[in-house]
Amino acid sequence: METTQQNLLLKGIGVSPGIIIGKTFLFTSDDIEIPLITLCGKTEINREIERFRQALEKSRENLRAVKKEVERKKQKEARYIIDAQLLIMEDKLLVESIIKTIQERGIDAASAVNETIRNLSRSFDDVSDEYLKERKTDFDYIGERIIRNILGAKRHNLSTIHEPSIIVAHDLSPADTANLDTSVIIGFVTNTGGKTSHTAIMARALELPSVVGLKNVTKEVKNGDVIIVDGTIGVVIVRPTAETLRSYSEKKQMYEQLKKELFQYKDLPAETPDGYQIRLLANVELVEEVASILEHGAEGVGLYRTEFLYLNRKELPSEEEQFNIYRKVIKTIAPHPVTIRTLDLGGDKFLSHLDLVEELNPVLGLRAIRLCLKEVHIFRTQLRALLRASAFGELKMLFPMISGMQEIYQIKDILNEIKHDLRSAGIPFNPGVQIGIMIEIPSAATIADLLAREVDFFSIGTNDLIQYTLAIDRVNEHVSYLYNPLHPSVIRLIKNVIESAHNNGREVVMCGEMAGEPLYLPILLGMGIDELSMNPLCILKIKKVMRSINYRQSRDFVKTIDYLKTAEEIEAFIRLEMKKRFPAAFDVNCA
Amino acid sequence: MIQARGNSGVDEVIIRQLTITNELGLHLRPAGLLAKTANRFASAITIEKDGVVADGKSIIQITTLNAARNSTITIKASGPDARQAVAALGDLVINHFEEPLSHGNNPAEPPA
Repeated sequence: METTQQNLLLKGIGVSPGIIIGKTFLFTSDDIEIPLITLCGKTEINREIERFRQALEKSRENLRAVKKEVERKKQKEARYIIDAQLLIMEDKLLVESIIKTIQERGIDAASAVNETIRNLSRSFDDVSDEYLKERKTDFDYIGERIIRNILGAKRHNLSTIHEPSIIVAHDLSPADTANLDTSVIIGFVTNTGGKTSHTAIMARALELPSVVGLKNVTKEVKNGDVIIVDGTIGVVIVRPTAETLRSYSEKKQMYEQLKKELFQYKDLPAETPDGYQIRLLANVELVEEVASILEHGAEGVGLYRTEFLYLNRKELPSEEEQFNIYRKVIKTIAPHPVTIRTLDLGGDKFLSHLDLVEELNPVLGLRAIRLCLKEVHIFRTQLRALLRASAFGELKMLFPMISGMQEIYQIKDILNEIKHDLRSAGIPFNPGVQIGIMIEIPSAATIADLLAREVDFFSIGTNDLIQYTLAIDRVNEHVSYLYNPLHPSVIRLIKNVIESAHNNGREVVMCGEMAGEPLYLPILLGMGIDELSMNPLCILKIKKVMRSINYRQSRDFVKTIDYLKTAEEIEAFIRLEMKKRFPAAFDVNCA
Repeated sequence: MIQARGNSGVDEVIIRQLTITNELGLHLRPAGLLAKTANRFASAITIEKDGVVADGKSIIQITTLNAARNSTITIKASGPDARQAVAALGDLVINHFEEPLSHGNNPAEPPA
């Protein structure tokens, strides 16, 4: 790839939200060359052992100095890791096996350290637990530190940075971040790592927008390049054009202004001036996110996705593991409600051991509830875990991709069996736990009146509903222009779903992207939506709009929309009306 | 707790089975706490998981047990202070190493 390419967009994992624009400081340790030297005779062997011992002592001294620094800066998380690294360096097993390698293999100290550490970290290769696996890097750092001390090669030090910089690195160790002058570092961008890696933890603790897991950002970026880091969505743009810079500067400004401005709405109800209230809930994926949603003004979790539990691992999550996570989610947010959605994935995404036929058309294939009803053991484990967790707070269960009644009958049968088992075993659960279904397939939206009799609530998943209704793959750039939430067919389906639910005394929540977009709020309000569940970052903004528009007028909007024939007409109408009536509601965009 | 009777000064063997309850399992920090604590005792101490036995005084061996949350470990100590050693190590496990029940200090925002 041409390294001077402008506007290069890299996608990683956003681990600390916010937008920053700045110059990079490329933090790469020069690759160390370790020449393998075969030793002759006892003298040379003893000399190498002595070299190793001295380097080890020096490494310990280094780390102790780092520890002091970390303690001074009160970086608790980093201190634990450094403490542990010190213990490793003092570990008899490590010291003895390195010495043994030097003696028995007759090789130089640096190579012996390298080999021993590599063997040690290899024992982590088979670990399925993501967090434990990441700890493998601790051994690598220790090895590198000792080897550098043997060879006299220095690792770059981040304390030499004196102007505002975004650190670009393969990965950052606690020792690296301990030396940071946080007044000049504005963000981190790394090749490796995940949500629980050290870099991510530090980034969140320091509130520095950061993106990790970018694979080879260190190759794409040159020292001093200007980059944009969007830690909210996990995107890095390298060498942005003037135009991109401008649009991101605006976005950044807006984000910051919004954050400040919206905070005042945190504890206010989502209520229109004429007294109509709905509940605003958060879509959540990780258990760690749950605690923060109240800060964003949410009144509960409207959609807890469980796919994350199944990805990137060799074995299926056990009942116990799931139970613990669900219980934690429920307890963290209690007394507020939590809606947990059962597995919404195609088997190709995680079941490598199953012989699944490659599907020509996976979005119309064996996924979500279809997969669960076929591989019932997977489903049962999840349902049992959910039911057990229901004893600990207000849990609602949500089933994805329902296309008709039959699926609900099947689900209920299985649920009843599991409830029976639990009862016989004396395991507590909430027998009245609410069950709901995703309305995201047009067939379900059409027979909402029938479905409403069988379940406690509906959750409209607009992203899929729009895609299936309009037959648009919106990641396909050739047709994505046709993707429009305001298409009259979509509006009619949503209207039908809400009316059918209300006729049967059921509530409707919307959890797609449409829920977090201010433009659509008056229509959804006018149609009578009961709850909106969205990215937590959108909640305060929707609350603000909610508190400035009028319910009765929203109802009138919906009546007028009935007469409009295209999405464009509808959009033009809403924009005009909103601008005229509630200009205050539209002076900010979604972050 | 299984034990072989012994008078003071005589070696005892104490065995105790425990479940790892902290969120992140025996990663470096808890392994370090175990090893550090074990090193305070004269007894020989092992920690076993799924048939793999680690020296309780070696942080590396403990870490390489790969004991994730909910795994069962067996702590065994034999020596003059075996009882105290197992009690001290068991306390660490039971108190989930005083790790917070959630591992994010300031949880990440989800992608938009």
